[in-house]
Amino acid sequence: MKVQQISVFLENKSGRLADLTDVLGGAGINIRALSIADTSDFGILRLIVNRPDEAVQVLKDAGFTVSKTDVIAVEVEDKPGGLANVLKILESSGINIEYLYAFLEKSSNDALVVFRVEQLDEAVKLLTGNGVNVLKGAEVYKL
Amino acid sequence: MFNPEMEAMPREQLRQLQFERLKKTVEGVYNNVPFYTEKLREKGIEPGDIKSLDDLKLLPFTVKQDLRDNYPFGLFAIPMDDVVRVHASSGTTGKPTVVGYTQNDIDGWAELIARCVAMAGGGKGDVVQVAYGYGLFTGGLGLHYGAERLGATVIPISGGNTKRQLMLMQDFGTSILCCTPSYALFLAEEARENGIDLVNSKLKAGIFGAEPWSENMRKELEKGLGIKALNIYGLSEIMGPGVSMECECQCGMHIMEDYFIPEIIDPETGEPLPYGSKGELVFTTISKEAFPLLRYRTRDISVLREEKCECGRTFVRMERVMGRTDDMLIIRGVNVFPSQIESVLLDIGDTEPHYLLVVDRQGSLDNLEVWVEVSEKMFSDEIRKLEELEKKLRHEIASILGISARIKLVEPKTIPRSEGKAKRVVDKREL
Repeated sequence: MKVQQISVFLENKSGRLADLTDVLGGAGINIRALSIADTSDFGILRLIVNRPDEAVQVLKDAGFTVSKTDVIAVEVEDKPGGLANVLKILESSGINIEYLYAFLEKSSNDALVVFRVEQLDEAVKLLTGNGVNVLKGAEVYKL
Repeated sequence: MFNPEMEAMPREQLRQLQFERLKKTVEGVYNNVPFYTEKLREKGIEPGDIKSLDDLKLLPFTVKQDLRDNYPFGLFAIPMDDVVRVHASSGTTGKPTVVGYTQNDIDGWAELIARCVAMAGGGKGDVVQVAYGYGLFTGGLGLHYGAERLGATVIPISGGNTKRQLMLMQDFGTSILCCTPSYALFLAEEARENGIDLVNSKLKAGIFGAEPWSENMRKELEKGLGIKALNIYGLSEIMGPGVSMECECQCGMHIMEDYFIPEIIDPETGEPLPYGSKGELVFTTISKEAFPLLRYRTRDISVLREEKCECGRTFVRMERVMGRTDDMLIIRGVNVFPSQIESVLLDIGDTEPHYLLVVDRQGSLDNLEVWVEVSEKMFSDEIRKLEELEKKLRHEIASILGISARIKLVEPKTIPRSEGKAKRVVDKREL
């Protein structure tokens, strides 16, 4: 049920994001979702791609600092209050969310949201138990 | 001139005095400092082999590492009972280098500083504001005792607290200011911003040192403060401030040659170079009891000038320090070695740290920025953890260096490498 996310350290200077996406493009890797967290000096780019292992390798070869993190991809009803319902389930069990961001594409009529939480297994169990669909890695990569 | 007998002694006579004192110093360290006994024996030298001043070049060098290896008191030449004071300077691995003084040493140092303050036109009736730090650093107490010896009134205000510095300067009628040149610039700026006219105040001279500065800064200080700005040089290993000082001619710093014998050497080969050559400055102390040093390599690069000075002093002059033979930086008067930063990064668990020290001057204050390449080991995909890392680095570096630094996390391979060895320092200060 876990999805591998790639995180890359980026300095806040012009052209770095272009360089990075160029490396991925050159290797024929497709970006499924992305988010950037930043401070005044640096940022962390988080990516879901179709071929994570290969992406990590080409980025390392190109000199980037890269790490892999397990996240979950959760289907959220695409209507007002949809996200709130999922968050309430997690909150009621004291599961803390480190960060989340939305997918560009959908697998169904529902929206797809990436969650990073510390207690991944517990969160998956809790969400599926409450009828929320959590996608498998393979399903996400081929979107 | 505070002591014309010494300061204007004919060169031949001075050389004779230096020879006698050198001989005595070599005998002293040979008999009392095991480190030197061994070093001299290794070279096959007995004190009796020193037959003229030229035999100085036979003696072994002393380097900073020797001081560290003999921490804390291993190089002292007298029993601790006779040591009346110690000073220390920041060390690269947390251990400082320690120096000691007998009462005679303290008195001699005061004499040298009295000469320096007199060179700045000081005497009885002058008010000397000592804004160098007091404490283990030699700047504050060094200037303090010398100005007192001269009979001047001393304001022992130490560094910092700029508002109070300016208030007392006006209220007490300070005529001579002693501090680092960058702090003097800062005081001048603050005075201007607060509408305080120092140009037309009683301030007439500044004794500035403990960090590198330039002729441009001199002009700025002289104009901004309405003073004559003079350069003082020293290092705690040799004595502290007052090893050399500029006279009113402002044509290099007279080295107190009755206390120290200067040499310029080729830093690569160790060969002594003639007057006028640029090289590493080396000092042998010849009038110290507690902490005598033979041929101490300062790592400072300078030139010695023997041409007679118009002031009448016969002591040779050294040009302002042009650089270092190692990577040491002086930031806000504090010695900083890149290896200190390296030790912090190693402690944090990075096995092959890549970092760069970037020093810049904003207004009159130096800023240190430490660039650290983020390795996979340090990297986290959470901002919070990277910020914690920054905070930890900032804290550790501040506690080791004694000054604050801004931490900048950068991407791998960002820091330029030349011939496989990383460049550790970029000094952007335009002095």
